[in-house]
Amino acid sequence: MYDHLDELEAEAMFIIREVYAQFENPGILFSGGKDSIVVSHLARKAFAPANLPFPLVHVDTGHNFPEAIAFRDAFVQTMKTRLIVGLVQDSIDRGSVQEETGMAANRNRLQTTTLLETIEAHQFDCLMGGARRDEEKARAKERFFSHRDDFGQWDPKNQRPELWNLFNGKKRPGEHFRVFPISNWTEMDVWHYIRREGIDLPELYFARPRQVIWRSNSWIPVSDFITLRPTEVPEEKMIRFRTLGDITITGGLASEATELDDVIREIETSRQTERGNREDDKRSENAMEDRKKEGYF
Amino acid sequence: MNLLRFTTAGSVDDGKSTLIGRLLYDSKSVFIDQMEAVEKTSLRKGLERIDFSLLTDGLKDEREQGITIDVAYRYFATPARKFIIADTPGHIQYTRNMVTGASTADAALILVDARHGVVEQTRRHSFLAGLLGIPNVMVCINKMDLVDFDQEAYDRIVVDYARVKAGAGLRHVAFLPISALLGDNVVDPSPNMPWYQGPTLLHHLETLEVERPEGAGDFRFPVQTVIRPHSDTHHDFRGYAGRVASGKIAIGDAVTAYPSGLTSAVASIVLGDMQLEEAHTGQSVVITLADDVDISRGDTLATGASPRMEQQPLATLCWLDNSPQRPGAKYVLRHGSAEARAMLANVEGVLDVEALTFEAATQPLTANSIARVQLKTTKPLVMDAYTQNRITGSFILVDETSGATVAAGMLS
Repeated sequence: MYDHLDELEAEAMFIIREVYAQFENPGILFSGGKDSIVVSHLARKAFAPANLPFPLVHVDTGHNFPEAIAFRDAFVQTMKTRLIVGLVQDSIDRGSVQEETGMAANRNRLQTTTLLETIEAHQFDCLMGGARRDEEKARAKERFFSHRDDFGQWDPKNQRPELWNLFNGKKRPGEHFRVFPISNWTEMDVWHYIRREGIDLPELYFARPRQVIWRSNSWIPVSDFITLRPTEVPEEKMIRFRTLGDITITGGLASEATELDDVIREIETSRQTERGNREDDKRSENAMEDRKKEGYF
Repeated sequence: MNLLRFTTAGSVDDGKSTLIGRLLYDSKSVFIDQMEAVEKTSLRKGLERIDFSLLTDGLKDEREQGITIDVAYRYFATPARKFIIADTPGHIQYTRNMVTGASTADAALILVDARHGVVEQTRRHSFLAGLLGIPNVMVCINKMDLVDFDQEAYDRIVVDYARVKAGAGLRHVAFLPISALLGDNVVDPSPNMPWYQGPTLLHHLETLEVERPEGAGDFRFPVQTVIRPHSDTHHDFRGYAGRVASGKIAIGDAVTAYPSGLTSAVASIVLGDMQLEEAHTGQSVVITLADDVDISRGDTLATGASPRMEQQPLATLCWLDNSPQRPGAKYVLRHGSAEARAMLANVEGVLDVEALTFEAATQPLTANSIARVQLKTTKPLVMDAYTQNRITGSFILVDETSGATVAAGMLS
């Protein structure tokens, strides 16, 4: 039985092989999050029995979940590939970006500069990422092969049309591409695929007792990188994360879902019950998260 | 659960956005914060009910700002099926977007305003659906509420459309009387049209059997890349990676590599860590052969009837780029995994989008032109007619200087 996951997988593998064939120095953007883990898994599958022919590229804010970094390093070993890290701290030290100040300071925005500097330093002509079109309206129009000019910019008004299975990676010197093999996947597809393929995820995706504070309508993990306000008191709660990013701004969900099946069930039902449950507090949490799903792109 | 890709064509006024919004909402594919925003905006505008078209308002903003209108992809799923909608604007100046959206579609939704019946735009969309070889067309006769759910109005349009169907060469056409605004026959059966006994639109989409000509066709496998692990465990492994464009293949089958014409037999079929007995249309696999033959990217493995090998093929071309065609210019032609250089040797006719006939070309092709052309390529294309195979029968032209995709074509 050839189902929708088989078709999405075959499509993604096709795209990843096109990247390999059309570019000289491609890599996979790896955040340690589930989407980039799935892209790496697909890439390995596309070239089996050979090893993964792409390095993993991590743009590191320095504000990490320690579990995510441990997972990343073990993952690189399993995949038998190389890891290239671009440090936001290096960009700050170099003076190409300035650290934000104040209570709400974070390094989310600074990542873009570090990413472009990493592309330049390593001469990448294509980076694959795990972004999906269901994430937001603007992304609904982005191509599989997304062209970037020599400033690394995306011009939504001047995108190359993509027809059939024909992908055009032609570029001029200095330009590069971002390629999104799982563009057509929804969040649910990603979770179902993870279950089907038995893909390992960082523990952070599962509910565990964690130290958190309530900030901006969301449970923010206590870490060395956040400054507690006088009114903020850390408490221990069963928390899972739906996305993994900069630890200072990644909000968690109160949840009892300790296993993959529980997580999938929770996500499946959340969209439906949310609509009926107007006064439910969880509502705004999820909404918050949905807006934050942008990741690197 | 399988996947259905469909495209929707229509202008702002015929209720396309409302219909898509309705499908997303009624299939519970809308996030709470999106829905709240829509409710708020509807209220602010003083509307009596929620305006579902606001769910897909990306296109509307663009229209107001006067920037390029584009294809947007939307997703929803029911327990029966997953759907990918290629949402395209329908005006003449956006023909290229409709062509793009239609290129991967299994089905097309064509909206007809029940008050106006079959209009020029209906004919044009149907013609393009036929040209792009979309297997199924659903004609949604919308705004039935504005004609008092009158069966005669519906029947008249169904009869009128028979001529359109014949002219466009469409294979399977279904008709549905709906009101996207009120939801009649979209997800739930209409209490207002007891005379209609057919399925609702969603039920139709869920149960549609898609007949792709590729599935039953001869085996075609454009090779994307060669896999050589150079590892101790797979020392002599040499596999050809690709996606089955049509037909199927099993271990032991004799295959021919084109353009070389060398033959061998399939030794193994690999998908990740699995060894498969056979592979069918749509699967991305790695194939190894019994003999050491010289095959690389751009070659095609095939069984059954030989693919054609032509250097001056005829094609139907849609010009996509804002810069017009440069007569005599050479372009990069991408066809499957193969690449050649090509020029337009002859433009035999250009589509008059109003009359839907091909007329003699009087000027170079410009954005949205559809033309019948003869190409001249630097090497033979290993090809099938587009009507038999949408993968081995299609190509794009790329401008060598800008790198832009300037045209898309279907081989005759």
